[in-house]
Amino acid sequence: MARGRMNWLKLFSTAVFVFLYLPLLIVVVYSFNDSKLNAEWVGFTLKWYGVLFDDTEMLTAARNSLLIATFSAAVAALLGTLAGMAMSRLRLRLLPALVLAPVAMPDILLGVSLLILFIMLNISLGLVSVILAHITFCIGYVALSVQARMGSMDDSLIEAARDLGASPWQAFSRITLPLLAPGIIAGALMAFTLSIDDFVVTFFTAGVGSSTLPLQIYSMVKIAVTPEVNAISTLLMVVTLLLVTLASRFNKHALRGTI
Amino acid sequence: MGRWSRQLLTLPPTIYLLIFFAIPTVIMLFASFRFPGDYGGLAPWYSIEDGSYAFDLTWENWQRLFESTIYLELFVKSLGYAVITTAICLLLGYPLALMVSRSEKKRRDLLLLLIILPFWSNFLVRIYAWMIIFSPTGALTMAVNSLLDLFGIAPVSLMYSPTAVIVCMVYVHLPFMVLPLYANLEKHDPALLDAASDLGASGWQRFWRVTWPLSLPGVYAGSILVFIPVLGMFAIPDLLGGTNAIMIGNVIKQQFIESRDWPFGSVLSIMLTIATIALVWLGTRSGHRVKHG
Amino acid sequence: MLEIRGISKKFGDFEALKGVDLHIGAGEFFTLLGPSGCGKTTLLRMIAGFEAPDSGEILLEGKDMVGTPPEQRPVHTVFQNYALFPHMTVAQNIAFPLQMARVQADEIDARVQQALDNVHLPDKAGAYPAALSGGQRQRIAIARALVKRPRLLLLDEPLSALDAKMREQMQIELINLQKEVGITFIYVTHDQGEALALSHRIAVMNQGKIAQLDQPAQLYNHPNSRFVADFIGQCNLLEATVTDSDRHHADLELHHIGPVRVSLAPAVTVTKGQRCLLTLRPEKIRIARNLHALVDETHFCGKIHDTLYLGDVTVYKVELAQGILLEALLANSGNHASERFAVGDSVEVAWNSSAGHLIAEP
Repeated sequence: MARGRMNWLKLFSTAVFVFLYLPLLIVVVYSFNDSKLNAEWVGFTLKWYGVLFDDTEMLTAARNSLLIATFSAAVAALLGTLAGMAMSRLRLRLLPALVLAPVAMPDILLGVSLLILFIMLNISLGLVSVILAHITFCIGYVALSVQARMGSMDDSLIEAARDLGASPWQAFSRITLPLLAPGIIAGALMAFTLSIDDFVVTFFTAGVGSSTLPLQIYSMVKIAVTPEVNAISTLLMVVTLLLVTLASRFNKHALRGTI
Repeated sequence: MGRWSRQLLTLPPTIYLLIFFAIPTVIMLFASFRFPGDYGGLAPWYSIEDGSYAFDLTWENWQRLFESTIYLELFVKSLGYAVITTAICLLLGYPLALMVSRSEKKRRDLLLLLIILPFWSNFLVRIYAWMIIFSPTGALTMAVNSLLDLFGIAPVSLMYSPTAVIVCMVYVHLPFMVLPLYANLEKHDPALLDAASDLGASGWQRFWRVTWPLSLPGVYAGSILVFIPVLGMFAIPDLLGGTNAIMIGNVIKQQFIESRDWPFGSVLSIMLTIATIALVWLGTRSGHRVKHG
Repeated sequence: MLEIRGISKKFGDFEALKGVDLHIGAGEFFTLLGPSGCGKTTLLRMIAGFEAPDSGEILLEGKDMVGTPPEQRPVHTVFQNYALFPHMTVAQNIAFPLQMARVQADEIDARVQQALDNVHLPDKAGAYPAALSGGQRQRIAIARALVKRPRLLLLDEPLSALDAKMREQMQIELINLQKEVGITFIYVTHDQGEALALSHRIAVMNQGKIAQLDQPAQLYNHPNSRFVADFIGQCNLLEATVTDSDRHHADLELHHIGPVRVSLAPAVTVTKGQRCLLTLRPEKIRIARNLHALVDETHFCGKIHDTLYLGDVTVYKVELAQGILLEALLANSGNHASERFAVGDSVEVAWNSSAGHLIAEP
C-alpha cells in the first residue's frame, strides 16, 4: 500500500524532472543542428558557434557581462561581508531590511527606481550604472552566505585567540577571516553568476553601447529565433554550471541561493 | 565589539543600500506626484535656464490610475496570473519535495541538485527554450494540432497565449517552491507517521492530518517566493504573451521605456511595491500563526 | 597569587556576582563549583579578561588586572568546547600563542613538540582538529593553553563533552599534569564528583556568592548550609531543635522522630532551643532486622519504603514515623540474599553519634 504510493510519487516526480530538463535539452540539441529553423533535425554542425565568435556585438556584450560581473561581485563581496558580519553579531533593524529587500522585491522595481536615480544624478547609463545597480542586489547574497558562515562559527574561537595573546586585529585576520573565507568566496561566486544572469535590472539601467549577454539575447529573440541564440545559451549554461559547482565546493548550500 | 568596529561594519553597506535602494524608492514615490518632462522622463526639479527650483506636486497621475478600470483590471489580472502560477507550482512542487524528503539520505543531495540546476541556467535562456517549444513550427504545436485535427478542431497557436505565459512562469519559478517545502518536509520526524498509523490513521489521513498541517510554514514560504516575482514579471509575457497576456510589469516597462511617462510609471511601481509588502506581511503573519498555534 | 576582592557584576537586572572575595595560592588546584547560573563562569571569564566587573579588584601577583585586555594577561583558558582553530593543524594551534608572543621560529618548533610530548600525542602535529577524538582534542587544548607557561590556567568545564570512562581517565591526567607543571589551575564545573576528585580546595558558589570554601573532605563531611549539603553528594536532612548542648555534644529533638545525641564538629556551636538541621550521609546509616545486630548509639525503627538495586550498592528508603524518609546506602559485599530487605520489612535504623553533622538554621 505505502509502496504503491511511493511509486506514484516517483512516477510523478520523474515527469516533473522531464518538464524541468527537456526545454534546456532542446536548446542544447538545436545549437548543433545544421538548420536555420529550430524545427526538424537536419545534421550535426558547429557552425552556429562559429557565427557566435564572428559576431562582434555578441563579443562586446560578453566582454561587458564579464566586466560588470567581476566588478559587481568584488564590491558586493566587500560590502556583503561587512553586512553579513554585522548582521550576525549585532542586533540591527535597518541593515537586514536594506540587505534583504532588494532580493525579495520584484526586480523590475529596483530597475525603474535606479533608472530615475541615475537620470536625476546625471549618471549616464552605461557600464558604471549597471555595476552600481548589480552591486545593490548582489550584497544580499554575499551577506546571507557570510551570515550563515558566521552563525556556524563558534564565538569562543575568537575568545581563545585573544586569550592566547592575539590582539583584536590579529584575532580577526588570523581566525575570523580565514574561517569566513569559504562563505565569502561562495557568496562572491553567486553574485558573479547572478550578475551575468541578470536581465531585468540591466534592461533598465544599461544605456546604448553597454549591452550585456542577456540583453543581446533579448534583442535577438525579439526579432527572430536563430540557432546562434541556442549556441550562446548553451555556452552560458556551461559557464554558470562551472561557476555554481565551484561555489558549492566552498559552501554546500550555495547552490540553493537564498532559498 | 567596540564602537569603531561596529561603525566600520555597518556603515559602508548601510550607506550604499540607502543611496541605491532606499532613496531611489522614496524618489519614485515623489516622482509619482510630479509631471513628465518635455521630452518624456521626469520634469526636472532644477531649471538650468533660470536657476530656479520647482517642487510643485500633482494628483493627476494617481487620478489617472482610478479614472478608468483598465489599470485596476490589469492588477487583478496580474494577481490572477500569480495565483494560478503559484497554485500549479504547489501542485507540481509538493509531491516532488515529498519524494525527495522521503528518499534515502544519500540520494537527497543529488535529487535536490537536479531540481536547482535548471534554475541556474540563464533566465532568458529558459524563456527562449519555451519560445522554441511553443513556436508554430515546433514539435509540440504540430503534435497538438494534428491531434485536434483528428477531431476536426481548427489548429490553435500556443505561442502568444496566456497558457504559454503560465507554463513558462511555472517552469522558471518551480525551484522557489520546492526548496522551502523540502527544507520543511525534511525536518519531519518519520516516527510521527509511524505513530499516526499505529493510532489507526490510513495513508490519506496520515497525510492530511500530520504531514500537510506540519508543512504549512513551508507552503507559505514557497508561495511567497513564487508569488512576488511572478506578480512583477515582465519578460515572460513580453516574449511569450504577445498582446494577449499583459501583466502589470509590461505596463510599467512600457511607461518607462516606450511612452516615457515616468510619473505614471512610478504610480504603477508604487502600487506594485505596496502589493508586495502587503503580501510579505500577510505571508509571514500566516506563517507565524501556524507556528504558534 | 590571585586575589579577588569584592567583585560584583550585573547583566541587566540579573546579579551574576554579588561581592565575591577569594584568595588562591600558587600551585593550587582550585575549583569553582556550583549549579548553572551561580556565577562561576562569569567569575572565570573576568579572570581571563572577557568580562569586566562592575566593581571590585582582581589582583594577580599584586597587580590589578581589571582593564587589561585578555591578550596581555599571563592567564590562559581551556574552553568548554576546546575552541581549537579548525583551519589550523594541531601544531599550528599550539604554535599560535608563541607566534603571538613573537617567539623565534625554531624555538616554536621545539616547544610545540615538547608540548605534544607532554600530553602524550607526539605524532599528531600535522592532524587537523576535526580528525581528533574528544579526548585528544581535550589534550591539545590543554597543551595549547600551557605552551606559553601562563601563571594561571583556567579550565571551563573541560571534561563535560567527554563520556564517563574518558572523563575518569582525563581526571587522573589532569591531576598528574598539574603536579608536573606546578601552574595554578582554576577549574570550573557543576559536577561535584569531579570537583571532589580533582581539587585542593573548592569554592561552592550559589546565586552569585561563595556559599562555602574548603577542602573536599571538609566540604563533604562538614557542609555549612542546607545548599552545600544538598549540592554535594546525597544527603539526608532532618529538622531538629536543640534541647541541650555542651562543647562536644548536643542533644536534639528530631521533629516527628525523637531524641538523638550528636557529637559536634569543632567549629559548630549551638544553643539550647535553637532550630537546626542534622545532615546524615546515606552510607553512614546502617540497617538491620533486629537491634542486637547494631552497635551504634542512635537507633530508630522504621519500615522499608523503596529499594533501588544498583549492583555494587543498594539504596533503601526507610520510612521513620509520619512519612519521613531516610535514605541509606548498603554495599552488596556478601552474597546472602538474607542481607537484603524487601519493601514493607520492619527494620532498625542506626548511626554513630559522630556520623551526623549539625547545621545551624538561621
